[in-house]
Formats: sequence, C-alpha cells, structure tokens
Amino acid sequence: MDSSTTWEFFVGHVSYWLFIVLMMTGLYIVVAKGNFVKKIVGLNIFQTSVFMLYISIGKVDGGTAPIYPVDLNIDPDVVYSNPLPHVLILTAIVVGIATTALGLALIVRIREEFGSIEEDDIVEIEQGIARDENERYRNATGNRA
Amino acid sequence: MASETTHHVAMTLADHLPVLQVLVPFVAAPLVVLLGSRKLAWPLAFAASAVAFVISVLLLMRVIDGSVISYHIGGWAPPLGIEYRIDAANAFVLMLVTGISTIVLPYARESIAQEVPQRHHTLFYACYLLCVTGLLGVAATGDAFNVFVFLEISSLSTYVLIAQGSYRDRRALTAAYDYLIMGTIGATFFVIGLGLLYMATGTLNMADIAARIADQGSNRTIHAAFAFIVVGMGLKVAVYPVHAWLPNAYTYAPSAVTAFLAATATKVAVYVMLRFMFSIFKPSFDFEVETLELIILPFAIIAMFAASFIAVFQTDLKRMLAYSSVAQIGYILLGIAFLSETGLTAAIVHLFNHGITKAVLFMGVGALVYRSGGSFYDRVCGLGRSMPWTSAAMVIGGLSLIGVPGTAGFVSKWVLVQAALEKGWWPVAILIVLSSLLAVIYVWRMVEALYLAPAPEGRQATEINAWMLGPIWIMALACIYFGLATDVTLTSAQSAAQGLLGGFTELH
Repeated sequence: MDSSTTWEFFVGHVSYWLFIVLMMTGLYIVVAKGNFVKKIVGLNIFQTSVFMLYISIGKVDGGTAPIYPVDLNIDPDVVYSNPLPHVLILTAIVVGIATTALGLALIVRIREEFGSIEEDDIVEIEQGIARDENERYRNATGNRA
Repeated sequence: MASETTHHVAMTLADHLPVLQVLVPFVAAPLVVLLGSRKLAWPLAFAASAVAFVISVLLLMRVIDGSVISYHIGGWAPPLGIEYRIDAANAFVLMLVTGISTIVLPYARESIAQEVPQRHHTLFYACYLLCVTGLLGVAATGDAFNVFVFLEISSLSTYVLIAQGSYRDRRALTAAYDYLIMGTIGATFFVIGLGLLYMATGTLNMADIAARIADQGSNRTIHAAFAFIVVGMGLKVAVYPVHAWLPNAYTYAPSAVTAFLAATATKVAVYVMLRFMFSIFKPSFDFEVETLELIILPFAIIAMFAASFIAVFQTDLKRMLAYSSVAQIGYILLGIAFLSETGLTAAIVHLFNHGITKAVLFMGVGALVYRSGGSFYDRVCGLGRSMPWTSAAMVIGGLSLIGVPGTAGFVSKWVLVQAALEKGWWPVAILIVLSSLLAVIYVWRMVEALYLAPAPEGRQATEINAWMLGPIWIMALACIYFGLATDVTLTSAQSAAQGLLGGFTELH
C-alpha cells in the first residue's frame, strides 16, 4: 500500500477511527474513575460511540436523508442513506437513557445509605461491615472451631 | 425438519402463541402498576406467569419433534420483518423461565412481604414481570437486534429487583450498581458485535445472517463480530474471569429474586451464546473452534475449580451458593466447548437441571433467612431440627449439586463425562469428577451447619408456611423426578442440540 492509498484509507474511515477513540475513552473512564457519577458519564460516552458506529454503517456516499418527498414523487436517481441503522440507534438511545436514569437513581440511594459516592470510601465501609460480620461469626462459632 | 409450519396469515389464537408468550407478562406489568392495588398485584403477576407457562408447554409440545414455528410480527415477512422462531432449543428455555417464575411467585409472596416495604410491592411485581418478559423475548425472537432490546429490558428490571434487597442490607445497592456497569458494558459489546455483523451481511434476521455467512465465508469483520458477541454475552453469563458481579448480586438481592435469577437469567444468556455460536456462526468456522478450545475450555475448567474452592471457604451460605453457581456455569460452558452433539446435550440438560437445583437451594436459604435473620453459618446452624422440611429439601438440592445418582445433577454430569470420553479427552473427564468432590465439601459444610451444629440459645425458629414450603418442595421433587425419569429432559435436550447444530438450513 503506497502512501496515498494509506492516507485515503485513513481519511475514508475517519468516523470509524473516532468511534474507536470514543469507545476507548468511555471504557477507560468507567474502569479508571472512582466516582460513581463519572463512571456513568464514561458509560454514556461508551454507548454514544456505538451510536456513531451504526450511523457510519448507514451512510451511503452522496446519499441524502431517507425521507419521502412531500408530493410522494420518488426520483429513482436520488441516493438515500440506509435508514435502518438510524432506527436501531433510536432504540439504543432509549435504552441508554433508561440505563443512565437507573444508574443515577441508584447513586442517589447509595448516597443516602453510605453518605458517599466515591468507590474508595464505599469499599472501606463495606469492608468494615464484612469485618464486623466475620467477628460476630467467629465469636458465635469460636468455642467450636 | 419434520413439518415446516410457516403461517403467513395467522388465523387462530393458537397461531399467535409465540407472540402471546412474550405479550402476556409484558401487558400484565403496566397493568399491575396502573391498577395500583397492593392486593391485586400478586394475583395478577401469578396469573400472567401461569398463562405464560401454559403457552410455553403448548409451544414445546408442537416443536419437540424438531419442527419450527416461524411467527411474523405484524404480518411482515422475514428477513425484513421481525420474526419469532420457536424450535426445540428455545421452547425448552421458554418453559424453564416461565416454569421457574410461576413456582417462585407463591414463595415470593411471603418472602417479599417481609423483605421489601409494602409501598413498593406493586412496583416490585411489575419489575418482576418485565424481567420475565425480557427473558422470554430474548429466547423467542429470531431477530438479532431484538435480542439486544429484550436483553436490556430484562437487565434493567434485574438491576431494580436486586436493589430491592437494600432494605435488608444496604450493600444490595452497590451490588446492583456494579451489575449495572458490568451488564451495560456487556450489552454494549454485544450490540457492537451486531453492528459488525450487520456491516458484513446487511441483515438482522438470524437465519438470514447464518445463510449469508455460509455463502461468503468468514472475514475479519465477522471475526471481530464474533469476538464482541462472545465477550458481551460472556459478561451476562458470568464466565469465570468476568463473573465478579454475580456473587454480590446474588448475595444481597431479596431471596425470591436470587432464586429466580440464578435459575433463569444466566441460563437465558447461555442460550443466546449457544444460538450465536451454533446457529449463526457455524462450528465449522475455524476461528470459533479455536476460541472454544483455547479460551472457553480452559476458563470453564478454571471456573469449576477456582469458584468451587472459593465456595468452600465462604462463611455466608447464600454467597457460597453464588460461587457454586459460577462453578456450575463452568460445566455448562465445558459442554459447549466439546463442540459435539453429546456435549451440547449435556450443556442444555445441565442448564435445566442446575436451574431447578439452584432454585431449591436459594429458596431454601431464603426460608432460613426468613426465620433466622441472616444467612451466615452461625445464624442458620441447628435449623435442621426446627425447620425439618426446609432443611430436608436443601439436602436434596445439595445432593443434586454434587451430582449424586438419583438426582437431576447426576444426569447432566454423566452426559458431560460421556461427552468428554467420546472426544477422548479423559483428563477432562477426571477433572469433572474431581471438581465434584469440592462440591461435596461445601455441601457438607451446609449439612453440618444445619444438622450437627448446636442451635444458638434463645432462638425461636419454626417451620415456614405452605406458601413458601410448597415451591421449595415442588422444586426438590423435580430434582429427584428429573434424576430418575431422564427421558423427558434428555430427549428434549437432544432434539434442541440437533436443532442448534443443524442451524437454519431448511428455511425460507
């Protein structure tokens, strides 16, 4: 592959490169950040990247929006983009919103019960609970074990 | 295939069974909320679940001989329209989901009344029905994108159901949150895989995708799609290295929810994996053979040992069972990784048998928690004498978990060992037996705590009532019944395995 075709390959697939960048950014935020709200933001970026992938698949070179003209006279020479991926992504967006809403609702409840939304704090609290439970368990069974 | 029944125009109610299967719980869920009556919520949920169960039995009876029902949603013919395809494999899964849901509901009535505040009951049953809807939809549909939509319906309601455990232990909230993050990553990976498949084939109908992959052979896009789908579904199945969400979710969810999820949710995810691996991507596909033998097989064996080993050292009975679930999923994956009809039969039978076994055990633990307030060994010790019926059922479940002859667990492990020997992989057969010995240890710890340990002084525990005991014993008897009458499960599993391996060839 000479340099010009490499360049064309790169530019021609630019939306796919951006998809990969966005996807990795989102995934990194989910894994690396300890704040629960930030994790949800990362998850959103991750999901949005998939929307971009689908929309890129549906794009046809020189294609216009797949909408019926008002007079319903369809010109057979006009090229349309593939509408199906758009429809699929409409569904995926709804799913994404539901997930975000539920995630945030859970965070509100976590804040009420634990008083924090930082993973480190919560892990510490949970380890404390587990320690107490094991203590009680040892005391209860200590005379036998 | 014996009789190809394609209904282009559905005339009678019987023709609409495939869609009614999903619609009945789906319509009942908002109805429960709109009626807003706490008294009506449970009866309505139970009625919907029972009707769905009857439908699934009717469907299974029609496809058990290997025929296929193709239902066109809204009369739009596939591959453009959405198709519901019922064959032996998914009819079996539909029956498992509706059956477990119907049996767990009477149990849930009592245990949820204690564990979840009354004001949430209507919403709880609505979520429960939505979860059932999602699982049924995933199993019934023949459209790949539809799988994703139903998967998310079931997952979102599952997160809510798990979080309901927060009234007993606040860690249910973080368990639900962790599952939400992991589950969404899994589902998004799955949908990326679907996007790549659509890119490569230009269709979303499963049968159509399979036909086009067969025509054009495999290429890089299809390899990537396969990888994304396997990893995404692997998260939902809780395959060993990505199982981290499961133990907490099962430990802190309300008992009835754990029993239902352990018996159905991971099983439906396994079904999706089977469907994609065997019907859409063919087993002849080299990339798949390597994935199964070099990645899935070792992880399945590690799961069998590592998870069982962790289970042995647990001090919480419910968490011990959760880790045991991870180990049992290992056996199912092992059956799949054999890539043979016997292996697949073993996987499907174990899917069913492990479902009923875990339903007994988790409902049993729930009953112990109901009376003693906790599932730690020190709380449950000595309950064998004050709650004889519950404990006896749990012992039956435990024996089935080990795979003692005469119980359901034995049948599936036997077929699994046969599949290993058929392949000539005798070290794997030995490993299956050895890992069962670890199950003996953790089941024995449970029996010891229940019967041999002295009861703490001043505890007043009495046997639970028939609403809870009934479902537990139905499941316990099912464990024995399917251990003795092996024809029923083996025949349908074999028919399902043949259907999956046969793929969609005789279609359209």
